[in-house]
Amino acid sequence: MSDTDKKKWLGRLRHGLSKSSAKFKDGIGGIFDKRQLDGALVEELEDFLISADLGVATAARLAQSLADTRFNREITPAEVRQALADEIAAILAPVARAFAVDKAHKPHVVLVCGVNGGGKTTTIGKLAKQFRGAGHTVMLAAADTFRAAAIEQLQAWGERADCPVVAGATGADAAGLAYDALLRAQAENTDVLMIDTAGRLHNRADLMAELRKIVQVVKKLDATAPHDRLLVMDATIGQNAHAQVEVFRDMVDITGLVMTKLDGTAKGGVVVALAEKFALPVLAIGVGEGIDDMRAFDAQAFARSLMGLED
Amino acid sequence: MFDSLTSRLGDIFAGLKRRGALSEADVDTALRQVRVALLEADVALPVVKDLFAAIREEAVGQQVLRSVTPGQMVVKIVHDHLVRVLGGDPAAAKQPAAAGGAINLAGVPPVAVLMVGLQGSGKTTTCAKLGLKLKRRDKKKVLMASLDVRRPAAQQQLALLGEQADVPTLSVVLGEQPLAIAKRAMLTARQEGADVLILDTAGRLHIDSELMAEAAAIAEAVRPTETLLVADALTGQDAVKLATEFNDKIGITGIVLTRVDGDARGGAALSMRAVSGQPIKLMGTGEKLDALEDFDAGRVAGRILGQGDVVGLVEKAAEIIEGEDAEKMAAKMVKGKFTLNDMAEQLKQLRKMGDVKGFLGMLPGFGKIKSQIADANVDSKNIARQEAIILSMTARERSNPKVLNGSRRRRIASGSGTSVQEVNRLLKSYRQVATMMKKIGRKGGAAPPPGMMPPLSPMR
Ligand SMILES: Nc1nc2c(ncn2[C@@H]2O[C@H](COP(=O)(O)OP(=O)(O)OP(=O)(O)O)[C@@H](O)[C@H]2O)c(=O)[nH]1
Ligand SMILES: Nc1nc2c(ncn2[C@@H]2O[C@H](COP(=O)(O)OP(=O)(O)OP(=O)(O)O)[C@@H](O)[C@H]2O)c(=O)[nH]1
Ligand SMILES: [Mg+2]
Ligand SMILES: [Mg+2]
Repeated sequence: MSDTDKKKWLGRLRHGLSKSSAKFKDGIGGIFDKRQLDGALVEELEDFLISADLGVATAARLAQSLADTRFNREITPAEVRQALADEIAAILAPVARAFAVDKAHKPHVVLVCGVNGGGKTTTIGKLAKQFRGAGHTVMLAAADTFRAAAIEQLQAWGERADCPVVAGATGADAAGLAYDALLRAQAENTDVLMIDTAGRLHNRADLMAELRKIVQVVKKLDATAPHDRLLVMDATIGQNAHAQVEVFRDMVDITGLVMTKLDGTAKGGVVVALAEKFALPVLAIGVGEGIDDMRAFDAQAFARSLMGLED
Repeated sequence: MFDSLTSRLGDIFAGLKRRGALSEADVDTALRQVRVALLEADVALPVVKDLFAAIREEAVGQQVLRSVTPGQMVVKIVHDHLVRVLGGDPAAAKQPAAAGGAINLAGVPPVAVLMVGLQGSGKTTTCAKLGLKLKRRDKKKVLMASLDVRRPAAQQQLALLGEQADVPTLSVVLGEQPLAIAKRAMLTARQEGADVLILDTAGRLHIDSELMAEAAAIAEAVRPTETLLVADALTGQDAVKLATEFNDKIGITGIVLTRVDGDARGGAALSMRAVSGQPIKLMGTGEKLDALEDFDAGRVAGRILGQGDVVGLVEKAAEIIEGEDAEKMAAKMVKGKFTLNDMAEQLKQLRKMGDVKGFLGMLPGFGKIKSQIADANVDSKNIARQEAIILSMTARERSNPKVLNGSRRRRIASGSGTSVQEVNRLLKSYRQVATMMKKIGRKGGAAPPPGMMPPLSPMR
């Protein structure tokens, strides 16, 4: 391909894409009007679901299951969306669970982990505000001792949510910091201790071992802690989420997921496949950068938004 | 997933020993499998569709090389196409693509480089990495400034990274707004005689019209020679919208792909390149400040497709046919003249292929000995040592290993930084290979491609 050919080709591609993304924006309504549910339509549905990050296998299964019940029947766009949303909501309903602070633990220790930049620190700030609002005392542990200004960032959130932050020096041992924080939270009879950790890619065995060490060290003070191990992930994530959940689960036995940045155009469709595969509860979603931009995960609402059925 | 793609393609074309041109049916069958691979790699669906239209056109009618299946042939065509779309030259796929490697700094200094992108994509880190690179490699005088007044401690983050990189950052004035900071930064850079001003911005959603307008205004004010979209290699299908919007609303000149050190297949790179038409210039390969590399189209294409092994096989097959090495090699084998020179050549090829185990494992008949190979510790480091041993021999020794007495072996060991035992082991495996090659040669089978050699005996 010559350079000019390449340019031409890219131009064509861009043109085609702007058309197709407009189509996706319109949702399925833009794909077809009332028509017979045939093979071609099943394929279009599948494509629509793939474009929402549900993954090839889940998309195929969902499209097929709709076809199984309505094949060859006339169907309207609204019916298709509703039927798929219902199907997806049914998959998600079992994993939609509210985050509950267990008063039996003093403190209820929450370890927050995930890959870099997913929104861990921000999520902790938001949760802290919610817990404070519910009348709990909260303490934060700045166990991200690696990233530049990670400590200062968490301290800013601590100020906003009005709760103390236990911090050491950058470069200090993360597990040691977590240990000190728990010691202090116990002494002060705090209800919730949230531990912020450095972002880490799941394929970095050394960093995953370090995360595990935090868990082990915390257990020395309270064998049942950390009571929750949250995995925070960004809604823009694609199919790599599967590997992420698998490895983090194996390493620290994840108890729940938090999906952030759902205020963008990415709808986090991979959660559907994750729910089927791992059945891990989704405890909260992030919908903005502000301290109040956190919601409980609502299976119905999430499914409707995925299908372009905004409430 | 990708192992199964290889075997699925294998299954489909098993028994299809026919040679000749690729038929439409061949191409479509193979592309159906490749489609799944690309989607699982997060290449956006519309991009896959458009790619396939072009690939189908290109592939139908092409001659299938001897010793590969039609399916493998199609994978190779797809691979080369991806490399080209990503901005590389498939013929030079093993080297970093020359195109798009460099950051454009042409202009009256100070020139500005502006980083934009979604929240958390790696902008601030990339600023510091680039600052360090320009300072160290290009001996540029760099100033960095953070225009992020939104995220808590964002300005402090850049200041700390600047300290780590020993690159100065603009002093922070509390309450100053991004556009004003940008203008002050430009002024300061000019006054201080900086060559390059790197501007970090707050993360923003492409649908946040206010923040997108703010970024556009900053670009308007400082007229950057580069506006780089920093995006995560883990991104899914949304890559299409994000790249389109950032390009349309702010006007980007290139893309930086971060977290390439993860194990995501990185299909988003292809999507963003395709929809924006802008080159991917750099890739972030870690959290440390030296983890920034020129974009390597071949590496990323191979990863997206997950088919490096098939591609390598087809390339090798093509080489044989072009050079007619096959005939020469076969002739040598018949005469039992497989020399240490030939062995060195094969070791070199093996090493170049990288994943030796995977490669051997997929060759017909080699699947079973895959575990033996694993046991034998055949890794590229090991191969390099064996190569070094042969290269430390004289021409005469290589063509006639019989002359290798004790003192010669000691000399070779010290010359190659190995031990006499290792030299002995290499000579032993050479004899085994030579004998085996002779046998194959007598049977009159087709010559194996270079690199397809019997398992080497363990070095350790
Ligand atoms: N739009 C939007 N942005 C978010 C959301 N949650 C977090 N962010 C932003 O994402 C960026 C990264 O957030 P952090 O909380 O620093 O992420 P992190 O996982 O702690 O990052 P590391 O510690 O560097 O691994 C920041 O700019 C946040 O403001 C959300 O729900 N919506
Ligand atoms: N593994 C890895 N981590 C990276 C890479 N680039 C950046 N990071 C990490 O990603 C996280 C976010 O990086 P930042 O540079 O803060 O991202 P940002 O885009 O400036 O974030 P906002 O300003 O909040 O939008 C940090 O934890 C970085 O250390 C990379 O190439 N590989
Ligand atoms: Mg953090
Ligand atoms: Mg930043």
